[in-house]
Formats: sequence, C-alpha cells, structure tokens
Amino acid sequence: MNLTLRIWRQTGPEDKGRMVTYQVDDVSPDMSFLEMLDVLNERLILSGEEPVAFDHDCREGICGMCGLMINGNAHGPQRGTTACQLHMRQFKDGDTIDIEPWRARAFPVIKDLVVDRNSFDQIIAAGGYITVPTGSAPEAHSVPVAKANADAAFESAACIGCGACVAACPNGSGMLFTAAKVTQLSLLPQGQPERYTRVIGMVDAHDEAGFGGCTNAGECTVVCPKGIPLSTIGRLNRDYLAASAKRGDTPGT
Amino acid sequence: MAVSGIVLVLFLIAHMLGNLKVFAGAASFDGYAHWLRDIGKPALPGVWFLWILRAGLVVAVVAHIWAATVLALRARAARPVQYAHRKKIQGSYAARTMRWGGVIILLFVIYHLLDLTTGHLNPVGDPTRPFANVVADFAPERWYVTLFYTVAVVALGFHLRHGMFSALRSLGQQTPGGERRARAVALGFAVVICAGFLVVPFAVLTGLVS
Repeated sequence: MNLTLRIWRQTGPEDKGRMVTYQVDDVSPDMSFLEMLDVLNERLILSGEEPVAFDHDCREGICGMCGLMINGNAHGPQRGTTACQLHMRQFKDGDTIDIEPWRARAFPVIKDLVVDRNSFDQIIAAGGYITVPTGSAPEAHSVPVAKANADAAFESAACIGCGACVAACPNGSGMLFTAAKVTQLSLLPQGQPERYTRVIGMVDAHDEAGFGGCTNAGECTVVCPKGIPLSTIGRLNRDYLAASAKRGDTPGT
Repeated sequence: MAVSGIVLVLFLIAHMLGNLKVFAGAASFDGYAHWLRDIGKPALPGVWFLWILRAGLVVAVVAHIWAATVLALRARAARPVQYAHRKKIQGSYAARTMRWGGVIILLFVIYHLLDLTTGHLNPVGDPTRPFANVVADFAPERWYVTLFYTVAVVALGFHLRHGMFSALRSLGQQTPGGERRARAVALGFAVVICAGFLVVPFAVLTGLVS
C-alpha cells in the first residue's frame, strides 16, 4: 500500500504547528497504525529529519497511552479499538490520512501528536480512589456485591483514560471519563463512605481543568475504545444530584 | 437546562392541545382563546393569570438561553484549536444541531408572537378574532408563511428529540435499557408535538378549516 499522510507537526508547546504531508510507500496491510508511523519515522531519521512524536506504550490496547485523531475519528475508523490495535487493512491503497493530536484546552500539545493528559490525573486526585488501610487483601466473600452492580462497575472500570471521549466531544467535555471513574466506585460497597464527596470533588476538578460541559451529545461513547456506555453519565448525574442535596460534606480531600 | 426545558415542554403540550380546538369550529376556538384571558376571575382581575403565566414562561426561556450560552461558551473555550479534519456527526444529528436549532426556534417565537399574539404581521390582526387570524395566516396564497412555520416546527421537533432525552439523562436516567426507552419516548413525543402543531396550518392550507 502507498499512502499519503498529513500529520500535525509542532516542535513544542509554544510553536504554532502545521499539517505536513508525507508519502509512505510499501505499507503492509498487516501492520498496525503505529508500526506504519514507525516506518515513517525510521525513514525520517535516516534522512536526518525530526521523527514524528507520538504516545504509545503497551501496543495491546490496554494502557491508554496512544491516541490519535485519524481522519477526524478518535483512534481511527474501527470501533472499540485503540490506535495501536488499528491495522492498515482498514485503509485502501492511495488513501490520504489526516493525523492530528487530541484537541482540548485541558490537553495541551507537548510535541507533534503528544498531548499532556495531566488534567485526568487531577480529576482522579480529587476523589477517584477509596481510603482504606492497606495490608493483606480481605476475604473476598466477606463483602457481597450484587452481580448486576459488579458487572456495571467492571464496565466503568474498563476505562483506560486515553482521552478519546474528550477528543471527540463537540463540547470538549471529559464527562464520560469522569463518570466512569466515579461510578466504578459508587456501585461498589467499598466506594460508599466517600461516594458523595467524590462526585462533587471530581466534577469540580473536571470543570477547573478547563473541560467543557456535557450536553449528552453521545459522540464520546461512539469512539470509546472500551465501549463505556453513555448511561454511565446518568449514574454520575444521579450521584451528583444526591450529593448536592447533602450539604455539609467537604469535597475531595 | 433540563428544568427550564421541562417547563417549556409543559407549555408546548397545553399550547398544542389548545390549537387543536381549531377543528371544533370558530366559536369553540375563539371561546377557548377568550377563556384563557378570563382564568382566575374573579380572584385575579383582568388578564392577570395570563400575565403570570407569561412571566413564568419568560423566566424559563431566559434561564434556558442563559444555561445554553454558558455551555456554548465553555465548549468554545475548551477547544481553542480546531481539528483540520473533523467527522461531521457520529452521535446524534439532533444533539449536534441543538444550538442553531434553538436560535431558529427563538427567531420563530418572536415572529409568531408578532403574528398571532399582537397581530402586527397578520393580514387580519384582530386579537378578538383568533380563528379569523389563523385562517388568514395560512391561506394558500401565503404559502411561504406555512413553509416557515413548518421549518420552525420541524426544528422544534429535532430540538425536543434530543432535549427530552437529555433532560431525562441530566435528572439521573442511568441504565442502558432505560436509555433506549428514554430515546423512544423522546422521539415519540417529538413526532406527536410536530404533528399536533403542523396539522393546523395544513388543515387551513388544504381548506379543511376555513
């Protein structure tokens, strides 16, 4: 396959950035998208040019590091798939592919296609944990969890924090991520003591980080590589309304 | 957004049911319109009840627009650099057209008030004879008025389709099964409201009501 790539190049946070066109020839359809970029980068290095910076780690679709806007699709055209698990057989010979970084005020570009997702860490730090004494694991059967709750919590816990929801959202909102991180705990008995301070704290941190507000547009769930359902945001809303009614709690410590 | 929207939706239901009185004849329709001005008598003098209702609606409209503006400004601030290549719509068309749809509806409401409430833009324009106003408004030679009403009501339908679902979600609808039901209810409601409002101008246009 021979492809034309239009890639966002930006030397650093202060650079204005631009789309640059590259030609990549002899691409195997069995390559992953990132391997195709590796081939391009090897060629760029050999010719003395600066390689394209992009985030990646496990390349197995579970770490949440990779994230590219490919032809306007977060993680590319294949649903339920991260960019690293996307294969070139999804494209045709002669295609032109636009590759851009996630676009959000809360995700500033560090270089080329790499963005800083520290704002997600701030949301987690505002309540995405449970406060328990560490030590040996407790007997699992001592705290019963209803099967439906366990399944729903697991569904939320599948979130890898890649940021595709923010990238796709017309409002630049990170509410699907926040909802997944809130509800994976609020559905379980271990998450109950901090349930209502957690939701207030995490939504506040979300808003402070400069994300937009959710309008239930539903673009996020379409591109989510883990298929986190949009109804997760409803669970967050319900917790938020209940928490707002309980005055006197101090949000996330 | 959700709470003010629900207030406006309740008004829409009452407004649509009132409109359908046009099929019960001129006397019934005019009688209904005059009764609206008399609700609350004698405890409330004149058209006080109507003005209280109008004040409530204005509060709801202002709250709705204010909330929408805050969301729109936050959305704009949240993405300072736009994508060079952007897929148009992957989620719901209705959801992505809420803001411009809302603007169209607002402009329509202003026209609609000048047309059938104050009568300034109506060929008859007599507030004491609402049936005559309606019949003159949607006469076949004024097809462009009917067309504008149709465009506005369809825009309202899209607005309601996402708005109803979104309001239920904002107020805590939280299961995937419930989401399917909420979406179905929103779609059904939008279609009923659209049909209920459009049947009046088209009945006049086709001569069913004259």
